[in-house]
Order: sequence, then C-alpha cells, then structure tokens
Amino acid sequence: MIEWANAVLQGILLGGLYALFAAGLSLIFGVMRLVNIAHGDLIVLAAYLGLSTSVTLGVHPFVALLIVLPLMAAVGYALQRGLLNRTLGPDILPPLLVTFGLSVIIQNALLEGYTADPQKLSAGPLETASIPLGELSVGVMPLLTFGIAVAVIAGLQWIFYATGLGRGFRAVSDNQEIAQLMGLNKAHVFGLAMALALAVTAIAGILLGIRTSFDPSIGGGRLIFGFEAVIIGGLGSLWGTLAGGVILGVAQTVGAKIDPGWQLLAGHIAFLLVLAVRPNGLFPRVEH
Amino acid sequence: MPEAILSAKGLEAYYGDFQAIYGIDLEVPEGEVIAIIGANGAGKTTLLKSISGLLPNEAAHVVFKGRPIGDLRADQIARLGIALVPEGRQLFPSLSVEENLMLGGEVGRDGPWSLDAVYDLFPILRERRHQPSTSLSGGQQQMAAIGRALMANPELILFDEISLGLAPVVIKSIYEILPEVVGEGMTALIVEQDITKALSVSSRVYCLQEGRVSLSGRADEVTRDQITAAYFGAAA
Ligand SMILES: Nc1ncnc2c1ncn2[C@@H]1O[C@H](COP(=O)(O)OP(=O)(O)OP(=O)(O)O)[C@@H](O)[C@H]1O
Ligand SMILES: [Mg+2]
Repeated sequence: MIEWANAVLQGILLGGLYALFAAGLSLIFGVMRLVNIAHGDLIVLAAYLGLSTSVTLGVHPFVALLIVLPLMAAVGYALQRGLLNRTLGPDILPPLLVTFGLSVIIQNALLEGYTADPQKLSAGPLETASIPLGELSVGVMPLLTFGIAVAVIAGLQWIFYATGLGRGFRAVSDNQEIAQLMGLNKAHVFGLAMALALAVTAIAGILLGIRTSFDPSIGGGRLIFGFEAVIIGGLGSLWGTLAGGVILGVAQTVGAKIDPGWQLLAGHIAFLLVLAVRPNGLFPRVEH
Repeated sequence: MPEAILSAKGLEAYYGDFQAIYGIDLEVPEGEVIAIIGANGAGKTTLLKSISGLLPNEAAHVVFKGRPIGDLRADQIARLGIALVPEGRQLFPSLSVEENLMLGGEVGRDGPWSLDAVYDLFPILRERRHQPSTSLSGGQQQMAAIGRALMANPELILFDEISLGLAPVVIKSIYEILPEVVGEGMTALIVEQDITKALSVSSRVYCLQEGRVSLSGRADEVTRDQITAAYFGAAA
C-alpha cells in the first residue's frame, strides 16, 4: 500500500516537470497558434547550455540559470522575429515544417558540440536530500521542481491576466488585425511570447538535466510529454497544463510500479483515455 | 476650407488578385466630419482599412499631415494618430471592458481622453468595467469600441457603420455624442448607410460605387437625386 502511495506522490511531483515542458508549448500555441515541434530540443539545448555554464564557471546549475534563462529568452525573440514570424499565416503547414527542420538542426548541432554521450547536471547534496513525510520520504529535488513549476505557472498566469504585456498577448490571440490597430506590432508581441516561452524552457531544461541524464536525442520524448500534458489539461489553460502534467506523471509512475516496462505506455494510455472522455481536455479555454 | 489632415490620392486596394478600390481621391479637412456612403460592397470598409494600414498600399496613396503613410503598418499608423472603430465593433472577447479600453490607450498618445473621460462619456461602461466585453449589449459594445478608439487620443477617427444592427434609440444616443468627440479637435471620417444621418452630421459627403467615387460634395448641397444616381449607377 505504502509503495503505491509513494508511486502516486512521485508521479505528482514528476508532473511538475511535465507541466514546465507543457507551459511553453501552451503559451506559444495560445498566442500565435504555432505548434513548435522543436520545443523538446530547445529544452535539451537549455540543459546543455546549463551544463556548459556550470562547468565553465564552476557554479551550481541554479546559478547557471541566471545566464541560461536570459540567453534562451534572447534566442526565442531572435528565432521568432528572424524565422518563425515568416512562417505564420493562414496555412498551418509551414510552421510545422520549419520547426521540424529546426528540431533536426538543434539535435545535430548538439551532437557536434557535445557528442552523443549522456550528460548530467550536478546539483550536489540537494540531489540526495529528502524529507520524511509520515511513512513516505520525499526527495527535496522533486519537491523543489514541483514548487518551481507551480510558481512558474502562477507567474505566467499573473503575466497573462494582470499586466499590459499579457493584455497584448490575449488581444493578439483574439484578433491580430484589431490588435495591430491598437498600436501593437504583432511581430514584436510574438517575439516577446517566444522569449517568455523559452525562458520557461530554460528552467525546464535545467531541472530536467538535474533529474536525469540527457543526450541530444531525447528532445522528441520531452515534446510528446509536453504535448500530452497540454492536451490533457485543455488547450489554452495554464493551470490545466499543471493538471495535465500531474495526471501524466502519476500514470507513468503507477504504470512503472505495475511493470517497469509500462511507464511510458501507461502515460500514453492515460492521455488517450482523457481524450476519449473529454476531447477538449479537462480545462479547455472557453471559446467566445 | 481648412487644410486637409488626410488625403487619399489615386488610392487602390486589392484583396489578393481582386481589386476592390480603383483610384480614390479624397480630402479630409482638419476638424470636420466627412461622411462616406455607398451600397453594400462599394468599398467603404476597404477604404477605411487602407487608411488605417490593415491593407497595404503605395506610400503616396495616403497622406496624413503631409506625410505619406500608405506603406506603413497598422500599428505605426495608429501611433501617428489615426484610430478606427471597426465594422461590427470587434471588441476583444478575452478582455474585460476596461482592458479593451486600456488596450486602446496602448499607443501612448497624450490628450484629453483617459479611462475617466471615456467613463464620463459612457457611464454604463464604468458600471460594467470588470465584465467580459462579450457580456455587453450591442449598443454598449459599440460604446466600448468607440471608447477604445478615443483612448488612443487620435487626431483622426474613422467610424465604420457604427449604427449597424443597433436599435434606433441607441443609434440616436451614439450620434448625440459625436459633436462632443469631434469638439475635442478631432477630425472624423464616418461610413454610414443611413444617408439622412450621414448628411446631417457631416460637412462633406463622398459616395462610393464599385470602388470609385461616384459623387462628392458639401453635405448641404448634394441633392437626393444626385445621391440616388451615385448609389445605383448612372454616376452623376
Ligand atoms: N477579405 C476580403 N477578401 C476578398 N474580397 C473582399 C474582402 N473584403 C471585401 N471584399 C470585396 O471588396 C469589395 C468591397 O468590399 P467592402 O467590404 O469594402 O464594401 P463595403 O462598402 O464596406 O460594404 P458593406 O456596406 O457591405 O460593408 C466587395 O466586392 C467585397 O466583396
Ligand atoms: Mg463595410
């Protein structure tokens, strides 16, 4: 019994990481209807940038975030203005193709730069620390990851609904033409949205790199987890991504408890079940 | 006649390969209300979209305060001081009433219009400020759309069929505020299907027909017969 409770608890905490994978995807889709196939590879890129920074400067990965986060945001803005804005239009195929190409390019560049050897970010004693919770024991790192995920999503929620920037995001999402009439340059607004999404990706990448070893090929898997969390939670809902991440995480850890080989399969089955019961996800954004 | 704040010179506009406007010449004198009339599909909305930058044009086709603006983006034109109240109101459904108004002020131009000034003009909007814009009645939505444009403190405001789909009493109350708006030194270009209304509020009127100007003149001088001819062909 206690083992099952433990699996559920671990799954919930893992869900925080998946929510971080999902939040950036959801944000980008919400603001500009762009499905970013390279999202997983950008997470892995952030993990490698964290690795280089922490090794070169000899700092903790969390400190490296001070460099990686603004760097990823800058990459996001440049990528959007320089490339992705040109692909957006009535046809949804060009952005899919271009971000798919981007995914291949990032993977190959990482392979060139870092080889295929698995790497890991070292967070020191934090990695093994745990706190007892009744008969269970919770790792400090998973707990921290979950806390960060909640904080990030709360922060995004605040930006979206309580700041001028978020007002611009929602306006452009509603009606690009009319938003332009209000003096918003949509190319710039999209750039800011991608910058914000990749800032979240930076956090996700560092936390991923501390949790597990990574190599240039794992981006696709992270993309799938992110997608599943977004769809389970309901497109356009930020808190929904957290719920989606948690459901996916719990399904995976409980699945693995039944049979270690079932971890991924159980996640996909949970995803399909939710889709079958609620095709729009659990908390879809209300359409007007 | 005061100097023109806006002029269109041989303005043409296309939707892809389809040409909707064929060389329109138009002068909007500063501080006046100019009316655009014309049948459905004549090109009135297209004209306003071209002026506000939603449709691309050649630079010299639209001149605002002596500056060619035809090739600027809509957001750049908005910052120069042209605001559009679009056909069908088009409030942002994800935004509250107040957020819609605040977005109008995003261009950051100084002037008499602020949230308070708009709420004084339309007190009902103050009551409804925190509600979703979709919860407003049609007339209230039109007030919010007008308020949103005023928030930009424009020098030139374009109205596209502000009475469309509204009850007569609501239309009357909306037109009653027009002098108050233009009285603040603003120039207005209004598209209006109701010819009597258009003539009564404007100093000059232009009639469009199939993408061309079929009649233009002082509102107190054009005759019913001229308008009828200009509306339905057999251009005057
Ligand atoms: N988005 C579009 N794509 C293609 N053609 C368009 C588009 N919008 C308008 N048109 C065409 O351009 C012409 C002018 O349309 P426009 O909307 O400017 O007319 P209007 O005078 O505003 O009419 P209404 O009184 O119905 O609003 C019409 O022939 C119309 O079919
Ligand atoms: Mg029209």
